[in-house]
Amino acid sequence: MIRWRRRIIVAALTSPLGGCAALKLGVVGHAGPIAAGQWHLYEIVGAVLVFVAGPVLLLTPLIAWHYRLSNRHAAFRPDWNFSWPLEGLIWIPPIGIVIGLAVVLWHYTHTLDPYRPIASPLPALEIEAVALDWKWLFVYPDQHIATINQLAIPVGRPVHVRLTSGTVMQSMLIPQLAGQIYAMPGMTTQLNLAASQPGVYRGENTQFNGPGFQNEKFDVVAMPAADYQRWLAHVGGTAPALDAAAYAQLFQKSSPPQPLFYTSPPPGLFQHIIAKVQEPTP
Amino acid sequence: MTGAVWPAVLGRFDWSSLPFVRAWQDPTVSEIIGAGAAAIVVFAAIGVVALITRYRRWGYLWREWFTSLDHKKIGIMYIVLAFVMLSRALVEAVLMRLQQAAAINTPGFLSPDHFAQLFSTHGSIMIFFMAMPFLTGLINYVMPLQIGSRDVAFPLLNSISLWLTGGAAGLMMVSLVIGRFSTGGWSGYPPYTELAFSPDVGPDYWIWALTLGSIGSTLTGLNFAVTIYKMRCPGMDLMRMPLFVWTSLCASILMIFAMPPLTVATALLALDRYLGFHFFTNDLGGDMMNYANLFWLFGHPEVYILILPAFGVYSEVVSTFSSKGLYGYTSLVWATMAIAVLSFTVWVHHFFTMGQSADINAVFGIATMAIGVPTGVKIYDWVWTMFRGEVRFTVPMLYALAFMMTFVLGGFTGILLAFPPLDYLAHNTLFLVAHFHNMLIPGLLYGMLAGYHYWFPKAFGFRLDEKWGRIAFGCWVVGFYLAFMPLYVLGAAGVARRTQEVFEPAFRPWLYVAGLGALVLLCALASLFVQLWVSIKRRDANRVTAGDPWDGRGLEWSISAPPPEYNFASIPRVSRRDPFYDVKRTGDPYAPPAAYQDIRLPKGSMAGPVIGLAGATTAFGLVWHMWWLAILGLLAVIVAVIARSFARDVEKVIDAAEVERTEAAWLSAVAAATPILREGEMSCANQGLAEIPA
Repeated sequence: MIRWRRRIIVAALTSPLGGCAALKLGVVGHAGPIAAGQWHLYEIVGAVLVFVAGPVLLLTPLIAWHYRLSNRHAAFRPDWNFSWPLEGLIWIPPIGIVIGLAVVLWHYTHTLDPYRPIASPLPALEIEAVALDWKWLFVYPDQHIATINQLAIPVGRPVHVRLTSGTVMQSMLIPQLAGQIYAMPGMTTQLNLAASQPGVYRGENTQFNGPGFQNEKFDVVAMPAADYQRWLAHVGGTAPALDAAAYAQLFQKSSPPQPLFYTSPPPGLFQHIIAKVQEPTP
Repeated sequence: MTGAVWPAVLGRFDWSSLPFVRAWQDPTVSEIIGAGAAAIVVFAAIGVVALITRYRRWGYLWREWFTSLDHKKIGIMYIVLAFVMLSRALVEAVLMRLQQAAAINTPGFLSPDHFAQLFSTHGSIMIFFMAMPFLTGLINYVMPLQIGSRDVAFPLLNSISLWLTGGAAGLMMVSLVIGRFSTGGWSGYPPYTELAFSPDVGPDYWIWALTLGSIGSTLTGLNFAVTIYKMRCPGMDLMRMPLFVWTSLCASILMIFAMPPLTVATALLALDRYLGFHFFTNDLGGDMMNYANLFWLFGHPEVYILILPAFGVYSEVVSTFSSKGLYGYTSLVWATMAIAVLSFTVWVHHFFTMGQSADINAVFGIATMAIGVPTGVKIYDWVWTMFRGEVRFTVPMLYALAFMMTFVLGGFTGILLAFPPLDYLAHNTLFLVAHFHNMLIPGLLYGMLAGYHYWFPKAFGFRLDEKWGRIAFGCWVVGFYLAFMPLYVLGAAGVARRTQEVFEPAFRPWLYVAGLGALVLLCALASLFVQLWVSIKRRDANRVTAGDPWDGRGLEWSISAPPPEYNFASIPRVSRRDPFYDVKRTGDPYAPPAAYQDIRLPKGSMAGPVIGLAGATTAFGLVWHMWWLAILGLLAVIVAVIARSFARDVEKVIDAAEVERTEAAWLSAVAAATPILREGEMSCANQGLAEIPA
């Protein structure tokens, strides 16, 4: 009981602080060009919408109060119910705003398309992500390693993720780096992202997929290029091979408490999983 | 021998299907809560049956209510169902909010599986068994009165729709006591809900409850649309219809076209689960993307099925309580129709993240924003209706004002979500949860409650208590903001929806506030029940028998409260919009007709309850693989339909003398009533007769 009370007091005192801390975990704390673009779009649309919502928020209480029954100074025109200028005012500006926003929408939907490669002098790092119950498998096909629940990437280099699912549909979201895209069994989707500063960013599945859903989180570790090379060498030198036994483990329903690392994933593993889920189940 | 008999009889049932047994075997808090909920259902059912038996009301209920084809009684039964289901689903919401507030880096008190069942039942019930029955009940009660009709076009079909919906809701309640519910959410996305991943009875309960409910709603949509097209009284041109009738018409059209995709989607999923088909499975060429399209082809128009009737209520309420005709009636009608049409063009925005091209996403995003225009127009029409009016802050008007202010915030976040790049971030997070609650609580629940307060005196002959109405209103508004504004913040921080445990301490203050908000919302519901109790106790002081407590505008206010079974002694004739408001100022609103005539009304029929019960029995048999029971139920439906088609004596006659007696009694009550000015309408002086200021 006392613990609870203390918790509540602490929460009350730190709530403004806590609020900011919470938001920093989302797109507000963007750490890559895609998320930064999305936040910029948030600001543009939010600013426009203030002018859409504002008049209603002001006019509704003002008019209701001014024309209250007990206000004998307010005009009463029970038969007044139409005016062409007013009609123009309530149809035309909203249509204009929507047309303006439509242009913005078209532009940003194309520039921030998850399938669109990020322009960069560096070649994109290829990742194959497989959604499993209740964990993520990341295969680095060119580096011949694989990880579970940790995606290490070099800062400043675009990352091209191809996704599929080895189970039901899931959705991969890394709010500080990019938006989400579904990972669907038997299909491939794509997500382009990049980190512009080193850090650890939370990634998660957002599509409910069973009792281990809430545990299905992973860290995206963005590190400077040199550190990333050292990390690759470290995993390559120390991690066990992704052999038949480890492969069978992947399809067990579980969330490993710590990230796992493997070397030499079987070539074509990603395609193999896509084909596997489409085979008839006995 | 017995080894083969029991599975054939009981299907998949075994003792651990009962939550009591599960709680006994595994006494965790989560299981005990489940068993407690089941116990509440069982004891409530036993209690109700015992009370009805004790007071010997079975005959009365059966004759006067269950078998009734009177649209007014059917409407009231729908709304009773809505309140019962609202109570359950709101308690579930409170449990979920408290669980998340308690489960920050600890598992909390609900197991993940129990939590998943809660969000699935909460969503399914709120949409299909709270919102749909509430609006269907309200339209049922009010719309025929507003168009000057004695009933809907197909009274028996109306009763069948009610009982199919009731049977489906009953199935939801049974799932609490026998077995378990789906964990696949209200949208039931495969492949998760396929046999390969959810082999238990849960998704089957979900499939059959929705199937029964969606068939009921399709039939209701047909019934209402035909009623509005064919049953209007002389002079009631389309452009003279009250706006509530217009929104009812649009909602009915949407029901007719949007419900079948849902029925098809659940039927295909059932084929997958029962007969080994592969529509949405992973293997053998199944494709869940087809399900997503079918479901949202229903799901998006459904949003407008829910919201349009509430828009109609607000139109009536704002106009009545401003003592002014609606501003821009024609504009409102066009806006309503525009919304109805556009609602079929935006379904892809529910899955922008499925990997389709930027062109497609952009087109659907723009279409989504376009819907905002007619919606915004409607809000302004209500604002300008108050302009130069005499606004009274009655409970329905308070809901309308709270709606306008709150809904616009939901529209704000809705436009944000219409931008695919922003949806990529907010999809599947608590931001989305906050958004649709921000649309549906003001845009549906407040509207239904406004309608409930507004028309309750018409239906029962006395006003609801003002004080408790205001307390409930305050709780609904404060509770909404406390419960859902934090979810916007959490969603912007990337918190996934449907999460049973949270791992970031930074989320704690927001989750606490949201939990508190849920408790305030529970108080709001409790206040509504207290209000009903208090109002019934003090009904004699608040009678409005004369029938017009708010200086009403439409035909529904021109008759007694409660209305006679036949609604109108003689079918009215109208020559303009707001006919009753007009005749109060230019003529004699209470002039009796020259002569009374015999009135023919449909007799009660047991076909509705029998078909509903048999339909639910079939569904229960299918859920549990008790094939004999399913076949029996289906046969009962067929037999009931055939038997009913042989019934010839289906009408009763209320003779002219009785009509005259009823009308004379009411007219003498009108003559005895003291007319009041609008200042006094919230006091006991209000006897339902409006004084018209010169």
